[in-house]
Amino acid sequence: MKIRNFLIRIADIYRFVARAVRETILPPYEWKETLHQCFVVGNRSLFLIAFTSFLAGVVFTRQSRPSLASFGAESWLPSLVSQAVIRSLGPLITGLICAGKLGSNIGAELGSMRVSEQIDAMEVSGTRPFSYLVVSRVTATTLMLPLLVVFADAMALLGSYLTVNTINSTGFMLYFNDVSVSVTYVDIFSSIIKAGFFGFAIGIVGCYAGYHAERGTTGVGRAANTAVVASMILIFIVDLLSLQFINLFRR
Amino acid sequence: MITPLQNNRHTSAAGTQQADDAVVASVRNLQKSFGDVIVLRDVNLDLYAGENLVILGRSGTGKSVLIKCMVGLIKPDAGSINILGYDVLKLNQDELNEMRLQVGFSFQGSALYDSMTVRQNLEFPLQRNLGIFDQTELNERVVNALEDVGLESAIDKMPSELSGGMKKRVGIARTLILNPKIMLYDEPTAGLDPITSIEINDLIVKVRDKYKTASIIITHDISSARHTADRVIALVGGYNKQEGTFDEIKQTTDPELQPFFNY
Ligand SMILES: Nc1ncnc2c1ncn2[C@@H]1O[C@H](COP(=O)(O)OP(=O)(O)OP(=O)(O)O)[C@@H](O)[C@H]1O
Ligand SMILES: [Mg+2]
Repeated sequence: MKIRNFLIRIADIYRFVARAVRETILPPYEWKETLHQCFVVGNRSLFLIAFTSFLAGVVFTRQSRPSLASFGAESWLPSLVSQAVIRSLGPLITGLICAGKLGSNIGAELGSMRVSEQIDAMEVSGTRPFSYLVVSRVTATTLMLPLLVVFADAMALLGSYLTVNTINSTGFMLYFNDVSVSVTYVDIFSSIIKAGFFGFAIGIVGCYAGYHAERGTTGVGRAANTAVVASMILIFIVDLLSLQFINLFRR
Repeated sequence: MITPLQNNRHTSAAGTQQADDAVVASVRNLQKSFGDVIVLRDVNLDLYAGENLVILGRSGTGKSVLIKCMVGLIKPDAGSINILGYDVLKLNQDELNEMRLQVGFSFQGSALYDSMTVRQNLEFPLQRNLGIFDQTELNERVVNALEDVGLESAIDKMPSELSGGMKKRVGIARTLILNPKIMLYDEPTAGLDPITSIEINDLIVKVRDKYKTASIIITHDISSARHTADRVIALVGGYNKQEGTFDEIKQTTDPELQPFFNY
């Protein structure tokens, strides 16, 4: 019985994702609402991401410096930090912050719309709530996460640069010259594409959880919670898979 | 648009056969259970053009489930549903939307979109269904619909700023704005004070008289039933147990129904 329910759930999720993809590709398109959701996504997470990635850049730099210095390899600091930030730290921080911030938001928002029958009301008035609510949000998170990651990378590198600069007054040009030498296009593009998958995961999980919220207020809480936890787990899984995949290109 | 129906007799239809009265919706042998709980066992009903049909029943007898089946929100286990010639259980998504455009559904909990103002709530179906984006036309239609329910003053309020009765009326206005041929009201007066209830009842009667809409009104509020009903169907134990005018049903000796009338 348990296994049967599990399989039914899997099939349900598959149908949900397939429908989201199909309705995204086929007209009618939800330009206006998607644009609005993009703005909401950026607006909700920009400051938090700026703050956390800046700090992460500072902390990572300060912690790596002593170990590099003990090998006499302190000059490698910019390349180490920039590779770590762009390949892994930036996307991961952005992904996790957004999973927490956007995932819970989407889950709770759609969840309460489900529970208070607003989604049913859209459904019975023939206004296609799925594309209005789900497609617009999933598109927005998928498009915005890469932008946010680029922004987070920049903030983290800025934090790192300022740290290095205060310790041994390395110049801006020198620091970012080191960065640009060690970071490849593969690094940058793979991290941007990865961020798109993170965004898709956050959007689709949040929407699925909200869209299928159980009746009652506990249902809304549970939807928000599920959205956060499941999208965080998915982000780590996507991260691992993409690492395997990208390594094919690095050799 | 509302097309005038051939017959808009609002006198008691009494559930007897009336060859001249067009059936706009019919339900046959409807069954629905959730897990082990059987909610609808065998429900049959017909809705005639231009009439107000009240469905009376205790809380939890599946009244909401019944009308949700009628608009395809819940899939019944067995039976058939015909709305305005559409075989509801066999429609694809596009046909379903086409049918739903002609049916208004007023939710038990109003279900206003709480992130939008009253105006945006009413504009939403116009924009998405009829593709109307012209601001003056939208405004005109929204104001008209709100005038119908006597709430022009609330046009720029958020749903959270409205009282329960106002929400109900805005919810009704939001469905009326698409000129439905059939209205389904789920507990329109539940949880409202007697005066507000009377306003809602008057509104329901007005909708029938002004737009010739056929309506199903679900309620366990007996004064609302008396006020609005041309015909009453009592839902008991998953069956449509009794059918008749309000006064006929009132004479019932059924132990499940009688307490309704001892108010
Ligand atoms: N989605 C659902 N899942 C499981 N059970 C449900 C669902 N919807 C309704 N039920 C059950 O079906 C029964 C009938 O519910 P319904 O909401 O139709 O009652 P009702 O007649 O409208 O009552 P009320 O007057 O209180 O609104 C209840 O026992 C309810 O628990
Ligand atoms: Mg109900």
